[in-house]
Amino acid sequence: MRETQMHYCPGCTHGIVHRLIAEVIDELGVEGKTIGVSPVGCAYNNYLYFNCDMVQAAHGRAPAVATGIKRVHPDNVVFTYQGDGDLAAIGTAEIIHAANRGEKITTIFINNAIYGMTSGQMAPTTLIGQVTTTSPFGRKPELHGYPLNVCEMLSTLKGAAYVERVSMHDIKNIRNAKNAIKKAFKVQIAGLGFSIVEVLSSCPTNWGTDPVNALKWIGEKMIPQYPLGNFKGKDLEV
Amino acid sequence: MGEKILMKGNEVIAEAALRAGCRHYFGYPITPQTEIAHYFAKKMPQYGGTFIQAESEVAAMNMVYGAASAGARVMTSSSSPGISLKQEAISYAACAELPAVIVNIMRAGPGLGGILAAQSDYFQATKGGGHGDYRMVVLAPSSVQELYELVVEAFNIADRYRTLCMIMGDGMLGQMMEAVEFKDKEDIYQADKSWAVTGTEMKRDHNIITSIYIDPEVLEKHNLKLQEKYRKIAENETRVEAYNCDGADVIVAAYGTVARIIKNVIKTAEKEGIKVGLIRPITLWPFPAAAFEKYAEVPQAFLTVEMSSGQMVEDVRLAVNGKRPVHFLGRMGGMIPTQKEILEKIREILK
Repeated sequence: MRETQMHYCPGCTHGIVHRLIAEVIDELGVEGKTIGVSPVGCAYNNYLYFNCDMVQAAHGRAPAVATGIKRVHPDNVVFTYQGDGDLAAIGTAEIIHAANRGEKITTIFINNAIYGMTSGQMAPTTLIGQVTTTSPFGRKPELHGYPLNVCEMLSTLKGAAYVERVSMHDIKNIRNAKNAIKKAFKVQIAGLGFSIVEVLSSCPTNWGTDPVNALKWIGEKMIPQYPLGNFKGKDLEV
Repeated sequence: MGEKILMKGNEVIAEAALRAGCRHYFGYPITPQTEIAHYFAKKMPQYGGTFIQAESEVAAMNMVYGAASAGARVMTSSSSPGISLKQEAISYAACAELPAVIVNIMRAGPGLGGILAAQSDYFQATKGGGHGDYRMVVLAPSSVQELYELVVEAFNIADRYRTLCMIMGDGMLGQMMEAVEFKDKEDIYQADKSWAVTGTEMKRDHNIITSIYIDPEVLEKHNLKLQEKYRKIAENETRVEAYNCDGADVIVAAYGTVARIIKNVIKTAEKEGIKVGLIRPITLWPFPAAAFEKYAEVPQAFLTVEMSSGQMVEDVRLAVNGKRPVHFLGRMGGMIPTQKEILEKIREILK
């Protein structure tokens, strides 16, 4: 990490996830060969926070950009950092095909069930009944369809080697998240294929709640829709 | 010079790129340019390079964005509807100053249109296409030999200025077979790419490739820097062929394959005692306005011939600046203007 003040709202968990990624990169001793790809969304300028080389990508296109980078530098470690609007809406084609090609990249996927940066619109991951600025009467399946379970979907693809969902809502789960992120990077370094860690995260500002209740909401509302755990690659020895 | 072989335009594009040191190609199938991808698919493994048939044109151009960020010579190709899909990443790459080569083997539009040759993407290529104030160099070869030479040159221009460079051909040029003479060794510009993302190796500060500048003062400054670069490109890289223009009765403006038809018209017209000149822009952007200014008062009138409803003619009118009338003849939909109709138009103008 760089000595810079972050711009995230109070109670947002982006900062914690950034820190976990940076710790993993340090512990694996790969900072000098890591290249990150920033998304569009609240984390658009996280290239200012990571000390490794960084590329900022168009909305949803990070997996394609990362593919281009990795094919030029196959011995480098390449990761994308993407939110749920970025990855699960506009970037569905790119993430599915990067995973299906078995691109040796790692994706950290932030799922907070809402569009943060554009001020709280409905995301594909928004829960049924959840009120957002574009579902003011709550998400209704007959109008808006259903929450998209990305890990379950990607785990059906042969090219995806490691797929895990973790959460930021308490210390135990934050520790688990770090282990999962570390394993995802190791899977890439071992050349086993595509790896992704979905991180259930908070957005108190756009959820209209305070930081403590936001964490509670993850545990009580999000986890029933998005069960935690490993979906693929649990037994990989790396 | 080296060997001379009979090759299809599309295959020459891929061969030229390989000779120019391009080892990364990302594309998506679309007629009439798909032979480019076929050639790379076959040859890239021998060169240790990358060929990816992407899931979409959008993804292909974003892969180009990534590979160019990583410092590689990289290329994509498509035809009109596919080029529309690439515009997002084209605008981003222009802002992030990434060097790359994009080939558009134009077909007739709008929409899916047809698969036959057209020149109706002139506006898209030279006036933007994507959003924002940016330019890219647009090269318009008129023979397979020139296609080869300009593809190699496109990579050099891209690297020299950190810019996008587009090759604009039409379906005819992509599909035709002609003899092409390859050089034994290409003249390759060696660019300093210390700005690229390669991993810091803990030996330097991190490199950032980005197209976002939230602070308006910083963004304006970045735009001014881009405009200064475009000014330099216009100063150094404008290319044009002026043929038979001294003392011409009519000067025709045409590019690409249409310019070849004009050269035949010139011969036929000569038999009737009409002197026809040709100004053939080789760079569509930067547009060779100076050549038109130079000959502006020579002919009785100018005639622009295009396989479009009249796109380049706007730039010709700006360059001639009212000194002489500028007429237009165009065919659309994949139809090719005939020598006969062009000659009739010239006769009519001179009446």
